[in-house]
Amino acid sequence: MLKKLIITTIYIFLLAFNANAGSDGELVLKDNQQQEIKDCFETLNRKTFAFNKGLDEALIKPIAKGYRNLPDTIQKGTSNAVRNLSNLITIPNNILQGDVKTAIINTSRLVVNTTIGLLGTVDVANKMGFPKYVKEDYGQTLGKWGVGPGCYLVLPVLGPSTVRDTAGSFANIMGGDPWYNASVHGNNEFLSEGVYITSKALNGIDFRSDNLESLDNLEKNSIDFYASLRSLYLQDRENKIKDNQRGSIEVIYKKDEEDWEEIENK
Amino acid sequence: MKKLIIILFLLNSYLSSAYSIQPDVFIQSTVNRASDILSKDISKEEKIEELKSVAKETVDIRGVGFYSLGSTRKILNDNQKEKYFELFENYFLKSFSSRLSEYTNPKIEVQSKKVINKNYTIVNSVLASTPNRPEVKIDWRVYTKNPDDPLIRDLIIEGLSLARTQKEEFSSILNSNEGDINSLFKVLEEFSKN
Repeated sequence: MLKKLIITTIYIFLLAFNANAGSDGELVLKDNQQQEIKDCFETLNRKTFAFNKGLDEALIKPIAKGYRNLPDTIQKGTSNAVRNLSNLITIPNNILQGDVKTAIINTSRLVVNTTIGLLGTVDVANKMGFPKYVKEDYGQTLGKWGVGPGCYLVLPVLGPSTVRDTAGSFANIMGGDPWYNASVHGNNEFLSEGVYITSKALNGIDFRSDNLESLDNLEKNSIDFYASLRSLYLQDRENKIKDNQRGSIEVIYKKDEEDWEEIENK
Repeated sequence: MKKLIIILFLLNSYLSSAYSIQPDVFIQSTVNRASDILSKDISKEEKIEELKSVAKETVDIRGVGFYSLGSTRKILNDNQKEKYFELFENYFLKSFSSRLSEYTNPKIEVQSKKVINKNYTIVNSVLASTPNRPEVKIDWRVYTKNPDDPLIRDLIIEGLSLARTQKEEFSSILNSNEGDINSLFKVLEEFSKN
């Protein structure tokens, strides 16, 4: 009860903070306005980033490397299973974004992969020719509804986020993620909080394993790795909210288009 | 006389179109050159050197450098500009070629292009998947002001702009040093030395 109250209070605080920040120009509440996402907590964010980097070097990266050495079928099966579970968050968000057709497709995908696909370890739906799966979350839905990103945040362990996306993540544990509800509050002998945390950890390890080389390469070739990751995260979220699969010039360059026109190479 | 003017006009149009290089052809030929270098049986250092010379010919390093500076470019004096470009070119070539040298025999196929205006065309391409990674979409912002000599100004990988990332990185360094351009010079210099 107390846990829920604390979570609700944080959630309300985040959304209220978001709306207030919007009034002094740090937030964008309308889709077409120019966006400049401020790093209001940069000092703290950089410290959290350094902590996360230490944790990554000491624990997450070695585990991800070990995971990479597992047989392909195990890696693929794990990756498919955690992706299948993410449908449980994607489907309600498809509906909240008014995309009922995709919600129906994703529900069918979930049913097919969970049953014929052996608890999601085999992506049967993909083999059957279902459309490409695109993840959605509550942060994206808030963005679609016109809520601005708010300040940039680096969360301990979880990494880059914004005030809006963090509020979106809280929605998962406030009833928005059926997998969390079933695991933590489901009162059944097969699922528990431990199972939920393990599934989330596997998701993180799978992601890290996929990006071992690209993140190393980015770090090696960055003069400010923190700023590089911040830029890439914010660009990626913007593309996802606007459903731009390969980015659009309007989103990528925004007011910079004038800059590009102005710049000569002589 | 009128006939002569028309003939000259048509001839001029024909010649300019005959000699201008289409942005998609330019990109395909550039990636083929890079791919050839990456598949050669030479050392990584040699590959980096060869990639640098391709980048010098095909990327508008000066333009990218200006863009990466953001509004700071407007307040630099001529000496600072020259120093910046010297440092930026070294930084850019090292960073760009080092990123590329990680790939072995990449297969990039140009798919389509979209003309934004007379100065810019976006060329869409795909880096073919391998057993270790999925297909990657790469778009190229090509500066076409001089159609005979198109130049690359940005790479957009899966919707993420490298030029914008670089600009925000530079801006972060300048902001945390009260806009002092010397702080950026120092960081660029150190990067190129290491």
